Amino acid sequence: MARKKQAHQIPEGNVITLENVYKSYAKGAPALNGISLDIKQGEFVFIVGNSGSGKSTLIRLLLRELKPTEGYINVLGYELNTIRNSRIPKFRRNLGIVFQDFRLLNDRNVYENVAFAQRVIQVSGRMIQKNVPAILAMVGLADKYKSKPLELSGGEQQRVALARAIVNKPMILLCDEPTGNLDPANAWEIMQLLEEINETGTTVVVVTHNREIVNAMKKRVITMKKGVILSDQQYGSYIDEEIGEDEEEEDEDEDELYVEQGTGSWRTDTLPLI
Amino acid sequence: MRISTFFYAIGQGFKNLVRNRWFALAAIATITSCLFMFGVMAAVVINFRHVVQTVEEGVSVTVFFEPGTSEERIRQMKVEIEEREEVSDVTFISAEEAWDSFKDEYLGEYTDGFTENPLEGMDNLEINLKDVSRQGELISFLETMPEVREMNYSAVTADTLTGANRLIAYISVGIIGLLLAVSIFLINNTIATGITARKEEISIMKYIGATDFFVRAPFVIQGLIIGFIGSVIPVGVLYILYSRATEYVVGRFPTLARIMSFVPTYDIIRIIGPACLILGVGIGFLGSMFTVRRHLHV
Repeated sequence: MARKKQAHQIPEGNVITLENVYKSYAKGAPALNGISLDIKQGEFVFIVGNSGSGKSTLIRLLLRELKPTEGYINVLGYELNTIRNSRIPKFRRNLGIVFQDFRLLNDRNVYENVAFAQRVIQVSGRMIQKNVPAILAMVGLADKYKSKPLELSGGEQQRVALARAIVNKPMILLCDEPTGNLDPANAWEIMQLLEEINETGTTVVVVTHNREIVNAMKKRVITMKKGVILSDQQYGSYIDEEIGEDEEEEDEDEDELYVEQGTGSWRTDTLPLI
Repeated sequence: MRISTFFYAIGQGFKNLVRNRWFALAAIATITSCLFMFGVMAAVVINFRHVVQTVEEGVSVTVFFEPGTSEERIRQMKVEIEEREEVSDVTFISAEEAWDSFKDEYLGEYTDGFTENPLEGMDNLEINLKDVSRQGELISFLETMPEVREMNYSAVTADTLTGANRLIAYISVGIIGLLLAVSIFLINNTIATGITARKEEISIMKYIGATDFFVRAPFVIQGLIIGFIGSVIPVGVLYILYSRATEYVVGRFPTLARIMSFVPTYDIIRIIGPACLILGVGIGFLGSMFTVRRHLHV
């Protein structure tokens, strides 16, 4: 019997819709275990949870780096379960992505790193010359455009990464632990920049372990544990009791393999295991 | 595609070459040596074929007819034979022409004793073949003609030439295949190294929304450049070596030069040059396409 294509009703204003999404890897328990989620245009959303909770898997699904095992994902009108490979580049041009480890090109200077993002999507040279200085001014790096990434501090490197992520004016900005490698002062600066970007209408989704920031910013907080959404609160906070103690669980995604230093209290300076 | 993107891809292709210059040099050196060997092999084969062709031109089938076969019927048969695929040309030699030619060649002035044509009834057709290996087919056909009394041909010569041609073809195909495989493997490694070195950059490009074409183009161009350089060098070297070698052989061994003539350098390069270029650029293109396709899934 032929499978009937299920019609999905996307609520008005949604830029991200997940319905009953499962993601399993070859070994172990499913990374995502039937999650459903709506994110509207212009929202600022934190996704929090311990290692192994499925946060990074979720981000990778939203980027269409992974395909769901089951369920329905719609991002900006693109149905990511069925999207053809040839359409993925066009889809990704609507997204900005910021990683914990910056992922800058160390052999190129700040200007070239940001211009690279525009060149990749074939923006004309004249537009690049106009756009890049404006974005660098916005993130406060106008005077460091000639510096190489390794000559910059961690905070400055993340600002370059942020500039690169937003120079193509994405509809959604996905940030995977953007403050994970930063000291508290730099972490705050990055969060303020994210808020400014959000105020321009860009939807911002931030995966983070940073409890102080989450609690201080009073944004929507989605808490995940073992592949399911534990809570979804408007103006929420980081809830220890709900997340619980499952630090030592192995995660399928290497980006999440971080362990907290110290005991009991949460620290921003997490140490990568690999 | 924008023109700026085209130039960007070419620029990146050259940058990749410089970044992985040692691997690129290794790949160029391998393609150069492979194509050089191919060129030498091809030059030998072309010259051998040239010699074989000269010998083949001398191989013909002569057909004699039963007494009483009219000249008109013989001319009719000539047309039938000419229509066959394996036949290059057919010449009718009448008994008179045969005798005249014999007289001129062997008797000179001493023909007084002959009042009649001793070759009476020796009208014949001399058939030259396009392809010596198909001599058997022609003989079988001629045997079906009741007017044919006798045929002169050399089966041994035809078989030897056919066998030699086949052997050369097999050896050439074998060697060329081997060289191509080695070259593609090396290009593969060069591009794979380039991709590993730029893995981070490629993954960022893919996240930002670069098309596969945009990501692939510089690597494919890199492969094409390697292939192009790797084909131009051996053609240049072959040109110099071949002209010197033939000059040397002709000067040093005049007897050999009298028996066989070498194919001129220009004719050799006219064949080997484009072949090397197509092979080199083709190897570069295929090698890079295979590798890029395998490594660019992000």
